[in-house]
Amino acid sequence: MYDVCIIGAGATGAAAAYWLARKNVQVVLADKEADASFGVSKANSGIVHGGFHYSVSKTLKGKLELEGNRMFPAMAKELGFPYNQCGIIVVAYSEDQLEEVRKLYNQGIENGVEGIEFCSKERMYELEPKLCEGCLGGVFAPQGGVVEPYAYVFSLVEDAERNGVVFERNFEVVSAEYQDNVWKMKSASGKELSAKYVINAAGLYSDKVSAIFGGEEFEILARKGEEYLLDRLSPAYPTRVVFPVPTHTSKGVLVIPTAGGTTMVGPTAHIVPDKDDTDTTAPDREEIFELAQYMVKGVSKRDLIAAFAGLRPALAGGDFMIKISDKAPAFIQASGIQSPGLTASPAVGKLLVSLLEKAGLKMDDKKDIAPVPPKRRLREMSAEEVDELYQKDPAWTNIICRCEKISEAEIVDAVRHGHVTLDAVKLHTRAGMGRCQGGFCSAKIWAIISRETGIPVEELTKRGKKSNFFNGSIADVAFKGDSYETK
Amino acid sequence: MKRNEYDVAVIGAGAAGLAAAAVTAKAGASTVVIDRDVRPGGVLNQCIHNGFGLHYFKEELTGPEYAARMIRKATEAGAIFRIGSSVMEISPAQADGRRALTLYSKESGVEIILAKAVILAMGCRERTRGNLATPGSRCAGIYTAGLAQRMLNVEGKLPGTSAVIVGSGDIGLIMARRLTWSGIPVKAAVEIQPKPAGLARNIAQCLEDFGIPLYLSTAVTKISGKDRVESVTIAPLDDPTAERVIECDTILYSVGLIPENELSRKAGVVLDPKTNGPVVEEGVYETTEKGIFACGNVLHVHGLADQASEEAERCAESALRSIGMR
Repeated sequence: MYDVCIIGAGATGAAAAYWLARKNVQVVLADKEADASFGVSKANSGIVHGGFHYSVSKTLKGKLELEGNRMFPAMAKELGFPYNQCGIIVVAYSEDQLEEVRKLYNQGIENGVEGIEFCSKERMYELEPKLCEGCLGGVFAPQGGVVEPYAYVFSLVEDAERNGVVFERNFEVVSAEYQDNVWKMKSASGKELSAKYVINAAGLYSDKVSAIFGGEEFEILARKGEEYLLDRLSPAYPTRVVFPVPTHTSKGVLVIPTAGGTTMVGPTAHIVPDKDDTDTTAPDREEIFELAQYMVKGVSKRDLIAAFAGLRPALAGGDFMIKISDKAPAFIQASGIQSPGLTASPAVGKLLVSLLEKAGLKMDDKKDIAPVPPKRRLREMSAEEVDELYQKDPAWTNIICRCEKISEAEIVDAVRHGHVTLDAVKLHTRAGMGRCQGGFCSAKIWAIISRETGIPVEELTKRGKKSNFFNGSIADVAFKGDSYETK
Repeated sequence: MKRNEYDVAVIGAGAAGLAAAAVTAKAGASTVVIDRDVRPGGVLNQCIHNGFGLHYFKEELTGPEYAARMIRKATEAGAIFRIGSSVMEISPAQADGRRALTLYSKESGVEIILAKAVILAMGCRERTRGNLATPGSRCAGIYTAGLAQRMLNVEGKLPGTSAVIVGSGDIGLIMARRLTWSGIPVKAAVEIQPKPAGLARNIAQCLEDFGIPLYLSTAVTKISGKDRVESVTIAPLDDPTAERVIECDTILYSVGLIPENELSRKAGVVLDPKTNGPVVEEGVYETTEKGIFACGNVLHVHGLADQASEEAERCAESALRSIGMR
């Protein structure tokens, strides 16, 4: 039996696991998907927001955003995930927009954001020479930046695992009973878990999970955002994250210098009825390119390499709901964590630990925390450094992904950390994320996963469940009369 | 770190690179031919269909047979091979005009190769669903035709149970026939242009002979599926409302090839925005960087492997002249 079960291994659940791993309690992190970050956390803009979009005193999300923002540099240094504190600019193109930008600046000042600047036109072009003509001024928040969201979540989960947290993949909670001060939970496949306390960090499905535990009744709305990724040689790659002036529903379409070195444009914001609907659409694509091309020079569909959509789990009212449940016992809600949930997550995780304490779970700090093993990336190393690593492990000089320069050693490291689907290996290493989109490297990666895990290639999946790649082998095909059939 | 010196370094051991290496080695130039794959031959190794060699060898061969003959030619001429080796960088020209290539391989770690002339023969890559931004789901079951070809012909894995081909490039057409022969019915090939992209013989032998419909001037408007592809929606360009849904669990993209020139770009080679290949002097094949030559599909996409080999021989002669060996 565990002290705590965290449901949902996205940024929120993973951050809670990371902080709980520093306490002397037994923790299990359960997710319905084949890996961490496979829901909301993998498909977003990857922005560490600057602390000026929301009021710190009037909204919980504003407060936690600013706290999270301040925690990111140290966490990135400790855990080694890709993070770039490049700063955020908001661009105004009209007198009206300049008014709005002034409000954002004032909010930032009121919030106590360090270094925030109200910028003249000249200052804006100095900060971002790739801005299109017509900018009248804007805001610069130097503390904002970008992060590889999945790499961040994976690093939190892996650190938690090193420090004793158990990660249960493919565990979809379908029922829960509270007996003798213990939650007994069952998964869709019939597995069981029990824990004294439960944290609901189930993202889009936190409404459903709350209902299973008899917690608060609410509805999570899925607000879809599409994103379009450009080749790393795109001339549009900006120096800062470029924001337009926000509307009342979203922060608008951005031009993002991703932490992985590619340019990304998006997202849109439309409520969708289906929480599994991550389809991209032609109208959003056109809308995004039109808006992005208006802001930054060199944005071109010619450089497109991939598109995806993510869903923001929004509560009515728009703020986060993080509290001890008033209805279900020993149950903590972390729901409605849409943007800026990624930025806020380190602080959200800490808050969840303090709520557990408040709810009665006694815990002390652990004495020994396992050190984080160094994270090496071939593409960041000189030939001399690579040759040195080769002396210890020749897999370092075997290039698997030519577009993103990923070595066999990095693929093996991902697999040995339990990432056995093609998407998880991609998100962990960037292999397959470049311009050929896995055309050359997928076959090599399938072979490595299979070799490392013993899972036959035919059974490997893109992202778990029924996302298999293959339907048996050519040896199974038989010629029957005038047709060919598979056994 | 190992260091080696050659007169000529050829990057890529496919139809072009092998032919170029055979010429330079035969002329007495010390020649190294480098390839990332664990066996030389490039994409020819997965093209197990026939139709190769009619021009160059005056007989009909399969891809692996064509590759085997070319490998023999290069080997007999004295070319040295570095397989499983990736060229990470080509240096600027040194004072003596030579360039340093940085190679990574599991075999030798990091190796620096100094060469008087460098011949680029890296071939091309396939355009993908992402380049087109086809709307819809990012589920499993969406492959480039070349990846499906490799999985089926080299690894022996079946990519699905029923398929639609997007585009009408030659690899897609060849794969339509290959899938049919593997018990995977092909429901349609869908081409956005008014004319098919592939060779007429492939339209006849790979689609018509099997009764596979080819929809011209038709767009793929959506890919649907939760975990795996469930259907693809297509619509004629002149009547976007006349959508139809084709059920399938596999989609192969055969929508064009792009010369693979990131290494060339990094070395300062200027590219032609029309072909995506290096700008070269007519008949000389030298790029804007002195001592760096280009041939085959890295220069522009060829219809036949034979043409790539023939061009590579002319390029190799030119490279030999530049180092005074012709």
